[in-house]
Amino acid sequence: MSSSSSSFQMGQLVADKHVRYILMAEKKKESFESVVMDHLRMNGAYWGLTTLDLLDKLGSVSVDEVVSWLMTCQHESGGFAGNTGHDPHVLYTLSAVQILALFDKLDILDVGKVSSYVAGLQNEDGSFSGDIWGEVDTRFSYIAICCLSILKCLDKINVEKAVDYIVSCKNLDGGFGCTPGAESHAGQIFCCVGALAITGSLHHVDKDLLGWWLCERQVKSGGLNGRPEKLPDVCYSWWVLSSLIMIDRVHWIDKAKLVKFILDCQDLENGGISDRPDDAVDIFHTYFGVAGLSLLEYPGVKAIDPAYALPVDVINRILLTK
Amino acid sequence: MHGRPRKAYKPEEEAASAAKAAKLRILQTQFMSNHHNKIYTKEAVDLSTKLLEINPEAYTAWNYRKLAVEDKLSRIESDPDLVKTILDEELSVVESALRQNFKSYGAWHHRKWVLSKGNSSVANEMRLLDKFQKLDSRNFHAWNYRRFVVELTNRSEQDELKYTDNMIGSDFSNYSAWHNRSVLLSNLLARKADGFLPNAKIPDEYELVHSAIFTDEDDQSGWFYHLWLLDQTVNVETPLLTSSWPSHGSRINLSAGCLNDSFSKLTTFCSESGSFPLILYFDQAVGGVSSATVTIDSELKGNEDLVWEPVSKKNSQMSSVWVAHLKYMSSEPCFRKEYEVKVRVGNSPGIVSSRGCNFSKSYEFIFTAHVHDTVQGSQEDIVSWTDGFDIWDAESKDLYSLVNLNRSNAQMDFKWRQEAIAEEIILFRKLSDSKIGKLTLARLLMAKAVISDDVVKGVDYNEILELYKDLMVLDSSHYQYYKDEHSVALLHKVTSSTDDLSRHLFRYRNMNNSVCLRLNNLSLSRIASVAKLLFVQMLDLSHNELHSTEGLEAMQLLSCLNLSHNKIRSFSALDSLRHLKQLRVLNVSHNHIGEHSVDTTRYLCSSPLSNSEWTQDEVGRKTPNLVTKYWDAYFVLRDLNLKQLDITGNAIARDEFSSFVLQVVPKLVWLNGKKLES
Repeated sequence: MSSSSSSFQMGQLVADKHVRYILMAEKKKESFESVVMDHLRMNGAYWGLTTLDLLDKLGSVSVDEVVSWLMTCQHESGGFAGNTGHDPHVLYTLSAVQILALFDKLDILDVGKVSSYVAGLQNEDGSFSGDIWGEVDTRFSYIAICCLSILKCLDKINVEKAVDYIVSCKNLDGGFGCTPGAESHAGQIFCCVGALAITGSLHHVDKDLLGWWLCERQVKSGGLNGRPEKLPDVCYSWWVLSSLIMIDRVHWIDKAKLVKFILDCQDLENGGISDRPDDAVDIFHTYFGVAGLSLLEYPGVKAIDPAYALPVDVINRILLTK
Repeated sequence: MHGRPRKAYKPEEEAASAAKAAKLRILQTQFMSNHHNKIYTKEAVDLSTKLLEINPEAYTAWNYRKLAVEDKLSRIESDPDLVKTILDEELSVVESALRQNFKSYGAWHHRKWVLSKGNSSVANEMRLLDKFQKLDSRNFHAWNYRRFVVELTNRSEQDELKYTDNMIGSDFSNYSAWHNRSVLLSNLLARKADGFLPNAKIPDEYELVHSAIFTDEDDQSGWFYHLWLLDQTVNVETPLLTSSWPSHGSRINLSAGCLNDSFSKLTTFCSESGSFPLILYFDQAVGGVSSATVTIDSELKGNEDLVWEPVSKKNSQMSSVWVAHLKYMSSEPCFRKEYEVKVRVGNSPGIVSSRGCNFSKSYEFIFTAHVHDTVQGSQEDIVSWTDGFDIWDAESKDLYSLVNLNRSNAQMDFKWRQEAIAEEIILFRKLSDSKIGKLTLARLLMAKAVISDDVVKGVDYNEILELYKDLMVLDSSHYQYYKDEHSVALLHKVTSSTDDLSRHLFRYRNMNNSVCLRLNNLSLSRIASVAKLLFVQMLDLSHNELHSTEGLEAMQLLSCLNLSHNKIRSFSALDSLRHLKQLRVLNVSHNHIGEHSVDTTRYLCSSPLSNSEWTQDEVGRKTPNLVTKYWDAYFVLRDLNLKQLDITGNAIARDEFSSFVLQVVPKLVWLNGKKLES
């Protein structure tokens, strides 16, 4: 009986259904959910397109269509908005750069302009603001550093100060928060560890202390939570796993149990992945679920880079050639 | 969608959703038009209020409101009442947005922006926060906002510490409150505030966290706080010197080539360059080691201005291991064959930890170097890991260095620390059926071993090893964590006494009786206790479960390393070997290199991925595609000076790769056991 085979018990990735779900979601622009998310369509495009690439289906979208819309989101300042008509912000500038990197289309950018926008958001203390309105958060430090590294323009900022600021957000549990003194959170840890990885500064991380905190995010169901005593959520399959990989402590969790948790969160009928089993799916969790499976070396999913959040082949192509 | 059940919607629900969407779409369109045309009339601003009530995440609408506020403020003369009315309106919009979505970044930032204008009542914010934080006590936005407001009000850290008392008192499981407590307390301890001395305060904190851990053993909130307290108890801030090579009182042979066997009882170091490494190992990363802070008194010529280098990543000037190369061959004839070298560490202030603490006090050690100028050419024969080994000569002096450079020498207040750990051990023995009980007990026993005098060491290691074995069964999800900790404890045990260690030591006849340490077949998954192994020249770690060489960078004398039959997955995992300038022989056969798509040491290895500088060489110009494909091997191997390399039994070891290796390491003499045609 097939039900006794281990692959059936483990569940399987319904890759084709996820691809269809992503392509369909783009067409359902008039549902309430998509109108509410209208302002972050650039993030949505990055999540969807990266997932397609990880599943080797990037060819099913029209590059020209995406790129011409994407360029309507760029402002005079060089920054990108979450959608046409919205204000520019680093959150969407990184997504735009990542999408262009996926398509190997970075050459259409005025790199000087984009990098000046990002570099211009660095503050005196080394931190970064998200936009002209001055919200400071280590998320923006990561975004700026990741974006400038992809554009090979890290020399436009004071990297040493940027690193010092991130280190000042390190907590006594080994994790990182969004500003000095703020509580550790797996998403924030990804940002800080990622920024330190990209700048070759991981020696600032207490890998054993942080590794233990991160591996204790795995709960009985196999899923990962983002902070102690919280519910598991598929998105932490990315935040926690990528951080554990960057500090070489990913062997401390039970990978098979996590694979099962992610697969249990799939909508087997209509495609898409949700935060927890039987919740409503969305593109954000679909991306993090598939990216998590990639980090778990699930067969048929391309390898993703844990720091740049882009497929390894894309990042190697950009950074490992002179 | 976070926390929303998956279900198929009924037609009427879909219709309702579509109607809602259409309404929101109209609002958005109108709002965009106002924003783009810079219309800040009451009607236009009210429209943005409506939009934000439905969708607090619409960040452009918050930006628009800031522009509108600035526009209004620029139109009125400084009338404080009017300003307050304008800003209060914003605060109330934020409040209702937060009721809709308590996690809206845009709403919280808008509130901060308004408060920063300085016209609002901060007391009111504290009242609001108290209310919010009761409703959602783990909301990190609210805690961050609280820290922001506290700073504005100059409320004392002592008062905030009391607030965490209350929050923890009403719910032991509030990790956010424990976190904030650790931040406040470490500030108060650091500035030695009245009543906040570690020896008085830390024991009280142990009491507090016991009540949490013993109430619910499975609740993690107290675990991490306890671990932090333990760290505060064990680790003194003042950096100390742990070990050195050569060690105090030792005698070493120095030569430029092979010697006769008659010198076998001393460690012989030979190098064509005519210099030997002087290694300092500190208990924590320090900076400022230089010829000013470390002085050398010796008749060996040409060592007046020694260059000290941190054994760490290129962009870091901090390291627990520092090395300088002392010359022992100079153009001048040697008048004496025996030299005494006196090293004084911390001679003048300047050696500082990353936390800004100064090295305790100066420390001096002396060793004797015998310089031999008999040269017989360098070694080109293949190094065997099976034949040519003699057992260890127990009279050797190298192991005398195993005694720590005496922590109590630093005159720290060790008494309360030892007492605190002893009390914790008694307490946690009562909890030793649970995961956290066993784990904490194991950690406490390790801490005791670190902090105690050497005499009592060795006793507890077997108990620690048993605890980790139990944990592997009890909590199998974290099997590898316990396995790693087990390896660390095992290596501490092996290096804890001369008797234990000498069982693993041998001498390799063919290479000046090199000191060989065999730690093979011990099921080790990680490396530890390296501070005590600085004198080792050949290291056999074969048949273990290592996946990285992290830690070996301190072993500056290492010339031969056997890592065959381990779990190395990529060359990036060998990054630490780049610091080993003497390394000539490397065996990584029968590992997992090339099998995996995920490289867990990709970012722990200096490469363009982590923006380290690199210069294009011949190989990079000729075969850029191979450099991209085998980047990890390329960047690591080209920094090594290998003569022998064995990579058989790895998925990567195909012909294309082997010929690439020969290009990257042109000086290689032996590859996979075969002598290369020169």
